[in-house]
Amino acid sequence: MTSWQPVIGFEVHIELATNSKMFCGCPADHFGKPPNTQTCPVCLGLPGALPVPNAKAIEWCIKLGLALGCQINLTSKFDRKNYFYPDLPKGYQISQYDQPFCHHGELLGHKITRVHLEEDTGKLLHQAGKTLIDFNRSGVPLVEVVTEPDFESVQDSDVFLKELQSIIRTLKISAADMEKGSMRLEANISVRPTNSADLPNYKVEIKNVNSFRFIKKAIEFEITRQSRLLESGVNPKQETRGFSETKGETVGQRSKEAAHDYRYFPEPDIPPIQFTTEQIETWRSQLPKLPSRIRQDLLNLGLSENYVKIIAADEKMFNEFMKKPSKANADSIVNKRPSKSESSFPSSEDTRSVAERVIAANPKAIADIKAGKIQVMGFLLGQIKKELGNIDVPLTQKLINVIIASC
Amino acid sequence: MNKLSLIHARDGLKKRKFSSVELVKSCLDQIVKHDKKIHAFLHINSEALSQAQKADVTLPLGGIPVAVKDNFLTIGMPTTASSKVLDEYLPHYESTVTQKLIEAGAIILGKTNMDAWAHGSSTETSDYGSTKNPWNTDYLPGGSSGGSAAAIAADMCTAAIGSETAGSIRQPAAWCGATGFKPTYGRVSRYGVIAMASSTDSPGPITKTVEDAALLTQIIAGHDPFDATTSPLPVPTYSISMHLRAKHLRIGIPKEYLDVMQPEAKKLVLEAVNKLTELGHKVEETSLIHPKYSIGVYTIVQRSEVSSNLARYDGIRYGRDRTYFGDEAKRRIMLGTYALSSGYYDQYYSKAQKLRTLIIQDFHSAFHKYDLLIDPASPGPALKVGATANEPMFGEMQDVLVEPSSIAGLTGVSIPCGFISGLPISFGLIGTQFSESLVLQIANQFQLATNWHLQKPNI
Ligand SMILES: [Zn+2]
Repeated sequence: MTSWQPVIGFEVHIELATNSKMFCGCPADHFGKPPNTQTCPVCLGLPGALPVPNAKAIEWCIKLGLALGCQINLTSKFDRKNYFYPDLPKGYQISQYDQPFCHHGELLGHKITRVHLEEDTGKLLHQAGKTLIDFNRSGVPLVEVVTEPDFESVQDSDVFLKELQSIIRTLKISAADMEKGSMRLEANISVRPTNSADLPNYKVEIKNVNSFRFIKKAIEFEITRQSRLLESGVNPKQETRGFSETKGETVGQRSKEAAHDYRYFPEPDIPPIQFTTEQIETWRSQLPKLPSRIRQDLLNLGLSENYVKIIAADEKMFNEFMKKPSKANADSIVNKRPSKSESSFPSSEDTRSVAERVIAANPKAIADIKAGKIQVMGFLLGQIKKELGNIDVPLTQKLINVIIASC
Repeated sequence: MNKLSLIHARDGLKKRKFSSVELVKSCLDQIVKHDKKIHAFLHINSEALSQAQKADVTLPLGGIPVAVKDNFLTIGMPTTASSKVLDEYLPHYESTVTQKLIEAGAIILGKTNMDAWAHGSSTETSDYGSTKNPWNTDYLPGGSSGGSAAAIAADMCTAAIGSETAGSIRQPAAWCGATGFKPTYGRVSRYGVIAMASSTDSPGPITKTVEDAALLTQIIAGHDPFDATTSPLPVPTYSISMHLRAKHLRIGIPKEYLDVMQPEAKKLVLEAVNKLTELGHKVEETSLIHPKYSIGVYTIVQRSEVSSNLARYDGIRYGRDRTYFGDEAKRRIMLGTYALSSGYYDQYYSKAQKLRTLIIQDFHSAFHKYDLLIDPASPGPALKVGATANEPMFGEMQDVLVEPSSIAGLTGVSIPCGFISGLPISFGLIGTQFSESLVLQIANQFQLATNWHLQKPNI
């Protein structure tokens, strides 16, 4: 029997936490703001409006590229990516095509193809049979990191993505929060026989997954699904799939009839951008100590791998430790940890996933709650508590309601 | 009073010979009397007289009525670019150019007719009907800034603003016997101008004299934080620098350009050239890349940019739906979409950009030898109304002589130099980027020595 090996690559989008948007003066922080309160002629695509690039966003994109070991193009430009969608007010997205700011990097042994800068789109809100558009997010700076398809395991992928998030947070260029959408993952997955070196002739794209846990699950699910298809002699279809959190499965999305032709061409409203080597080196010298360096330093100071993992992941703990870098201080910092109240609850992501499992295992509870028997809520909360220990009860209750409403 | 040039009107206002209200009123009267026939305006500013009452004549353009092409966004006045897609569209913000005019004290008299989306050289593609040439209403005014040029020729305003992508200021100015000045690409902000071809669009004045053009340009030019393609170079005081007496300039006449001209018009242009020689300049024949190659380059680049620039008019956020696009816009969208499509990009867009670079280099070497080049705006006089029917490449053929300089982002002027059967003929000068002062100087020397620009049509 053939054994199968996955071939995985990633596209990661990161919303930058600059003060203003990519091409206008509107605030870039759009999360939770009333719809269409942070817009202007530029990000609404009004007649005659022109984009002026945000220098801070360019600097941050290049700093991320440098942190990922990329080469920097001294001459770069923006391009127009033309396509129609109601959340794209100009009918094109300003992005970078053949001269991205950064290219040819490497992180944890995986190749980074490119790191480029573009603008985010608006958001569609479907309400009572109508579709509304919120343009607060339109034009928010978005960095796209593209890797080569050189991941061969889910574990590798997971470590890589978490390291990337940690670098972004260390650079303080984005909260890189997946639930709030400031970090978004897309995975390309295909499967080939273990002894083959060729890239498969198809790839499946997984989109709109908003947690590390779910991307892991989605990849695992895909590997199994595609291997089974191949074993039965069927070549998997090239397609885009989403991930159903309740089913724990990937689901085919409506396939586009033809490949998109984005008709890229150089953005005539923005002149090409030139950098000097001195400018790039100045930015490189401003990079903070990156997670890998921090971990190495901690190891060199004689800390155990377990302590290094805990302390390196938390800026506050790290700073506290560095004030007095001794084993005793490390002990006291790590042992003080559980007393911090905000970290005593599991993350809402974990809670949600357990809640989904518990609800799925108790179909009667869904019907009961829908019928108004709210005492069943207590039972569900108890089940979840059993798995997670201490839980944030109001949050968990809210999650249960959301999950049941979508059942 | 409405016949006065900008410089003279300004002088009269400052010396209190007449008031801004009287000046504005004389223009409005002229519009009421003749615009049914000429159709230069799409919209008249209903506040013009009350604004004139409050005019501060100490400002550089205090109390001066200026007509503005309808692709400049103006708060409180509809802005349609002559397309029914934007029928009655009221802008939310002011274009940089009109903002600067208002700050300089000008009164925006109204919005002038143009080819829809500036697609054309006749105003015949306007969804609101074409403008007629004040010299003979059986003839076209040229375009796309045809309304502004006709308004100047018919003395319906003191000065006017147009925009040029390739010839859209200089060609209608030529056909209407006005002075048309195209500043260097990036000299005047495009913010708030409905985009046609972003890489060549250049706002500029259409006026009665070169002096007027200099004054208006110095007010509207300059770096704009809202337009990344504007130059940070300081703006000279053109109204002063244009009076510097440059002598013994070396001026080249590209023979390939003269070859494209109609014989009678060519004769008048050569007479104008003699005048320049009399003024002490050295004019000699030279050779440039034939302007016919620019048609292909310009057509591909412009259609490509148009297809993308018009994508925002989807009727979702504002304006009407896409069925309101006219035939010319649809043709351009289709051709541009095709030229940018995968598999064709290298063959068309990419090749056009390479040729564009060659044309720019050709001008570079020409400007090593010459201070200025002769470049007539049009091969001949105005054509008859209806001439564009079934001529999808009408504009490109009419603008063949100004397309190379537009593609290269140069500055150029078009000034009257004679008449053929009662229709004006113009010649033009082009200079290297940011040589506005020099172009204006020589054009002014010519106007001081001739009176072609002072002729008025009998309307
Ligand atoms: Zn904005």
